[in-house]
Amino acid sequence: MRHVLITTAFFAALICLWKAGTVFGGSSPVLLPPPEAVAAYLSGALRDGSLAEASLVTLKRLVLGYAVGILIGLPLGLITSTSAIFQNTLGALALGLQTLPSVCWIPLALLWFGQTEAAMLFVVIMGTVGSVVIATSMGARSIPPIYARLARTMGSEGFDKWTWVILPASLPFLVTGMKQGWAFAWRSLMAAEIYVTILTGFGLGHLLHYGRELSAMDQVIGIMLVIVVIGLVTDKTLFAPWERFMHRRWGTGAVQ
Amino acid sequence: MSAKDGFAAAPPAKLGVEHVTKWFRTTRTSLHALDDVNLYVDGGEFVCLVGPSGCGKSTLLDIIAGLTLPDEGQVFADGVLVQGPGRHRLVMFQESALFPWLNVFGNITFGLRRVAGLGAAQRRRIADYHLHLVGLAKFKRAYVPELSGGMKQRAALARCLAPDPRVLLMDEPFASLDAMTREQLYFDLQRIWEERKKTIVLVTHNVREAVCLGDRVVLMSPSPGRICGEFAVNLQRPRDINTAEVAALAGRITNALRGM
Repeated sequence: MRHVLITTAFFAALICLWKAGTVFGGSSPVLLPPPEAVAAYLSGALRDGSLAEASLVTLKRLVLGYAVGILIGLPLGLITSTSAIFQNTLGALALGLQTLPSVCWIPLALLWFGQTEAAMLFVVIMGTVGSVVIATSMGARSIPPIYARLARTMGSEGFDKWTWVILPASLPFLVTGMKQGWAFAWRSLMAAEIYVTILTGFGLGHLLHYGRELSAMDQVIGIMLVIVVIGLVTDKTLFAPWERFMHRRWGTGAVQ
Repeated sequence: MSAKDGFAAAPPAKLGVEHVTKWFRTTRTSLHALDDVNLYVDGGEFVCLVGPSGCGKSTLLDIIAGLTLPDEGQVFADGVLVQGPGRHRLVMFQESALFPWLNVFGNITFGLRRVAGLGAAQRRRIADYHLHLVGLAKFKRAYVPELSGGMKQRAALARCLAPDPRVLLMDEPFASLDAMTREQLYFDLQRIWEERKKTIVLVTHNVREAVCLGDRVVLMSPSPGRICGEFAVNLQRPRDINTAEVAALAGRITNALRGM
């Protein structure tokens, strides 16, 4: 309860600061709209359904791109963890991919796929895979070797060992990898939606982009808030509890 | 085995370690871990290996298990050359190494699932029997973080015994436990050994523990690891580690180790 109070007070203070800035800062309301203008935009967008629709379009893309990214990234990460050769090849490639900001894929995606959903997915997948591979392989490498030794004496080798020992042992790290991948997918998709203009669906990024075109700063800030909230909520509800539970039971890593 | 649990126990194995030599080489250094080690263990015998750290006793245990291969020499179990790990020589480690994603029951059945020809009902019965044997019947569904150090080692012991190996290899299994838990486990292990009659090789640096548990105490010396003596322990079982006889023999063994 105390935590909730402190958190609420903190954000209330931030909004007050923002309000004070618009009143005393002397800047144009076009550049820095007051909180109530943003709130008015958000409630309007909620009521006419445009916000829900854009969020849905965006989340659909996110889930699809993310799922593909995870399906490619998790196995590659596990493979990377198995030997120095894979670490120096696949691992290096993944690290390079992770270093490259996902916006950098957009020119290529536009030339290859044009203004299509495929271009958008491509950017999300490329932005996700690298970080998932890195997080997964780091995790799988920190599995205590004693599990594998024990499995060998119990007659568990090869495929059986991978399915029943290595994979479950690396679950907490897989969840960390998936969380990392989700954050990167989210960033990549926003970049893609701002730069790739297509007619098959109007996402949150597009709302942001057109807010700028129309100098509608209440819309820009409102959408930014929505993006932050979606990111926070998925982290807190989808990943954090799982991560905590697993690290506690597996006795791995720090418990936040 | 007795009719009590209703399944036959594998006969305890004879172990033969013959002229085993092992080097650990890296690019910078090489370590002569074991030098011409010979050791015979009778079926059903309880042998304790003692020696200072670095004398290669854990390496020897690994080689008997088949987890490490010797550079020279061979290990035979029941006359068959050991070429890799096998479920007739199971190892209990210092850390329990229980799988945290399985509960106690799941950990015990892990090895059983890999024994050919056991049905689900049989697996459950064998696991339940061993849970009772180590005194963990109430903790069947518990997960690793809910167990104390002693309970973890009991579960690890049950996991190693359940697939009915001929040899049980124990690598300092009590080293990380507090004294009271340890002494209780000495009694329990002796009782379990009487009941299941396995061939046991136990590695420890605690001489009293070795005297309390073993039929024979084998002494090792470091750099390179060699066997440098042995003592037969002819004390009545079950033995209590706090008796004068155990202390007296342990004192003699400690002196012998110091003299090397």
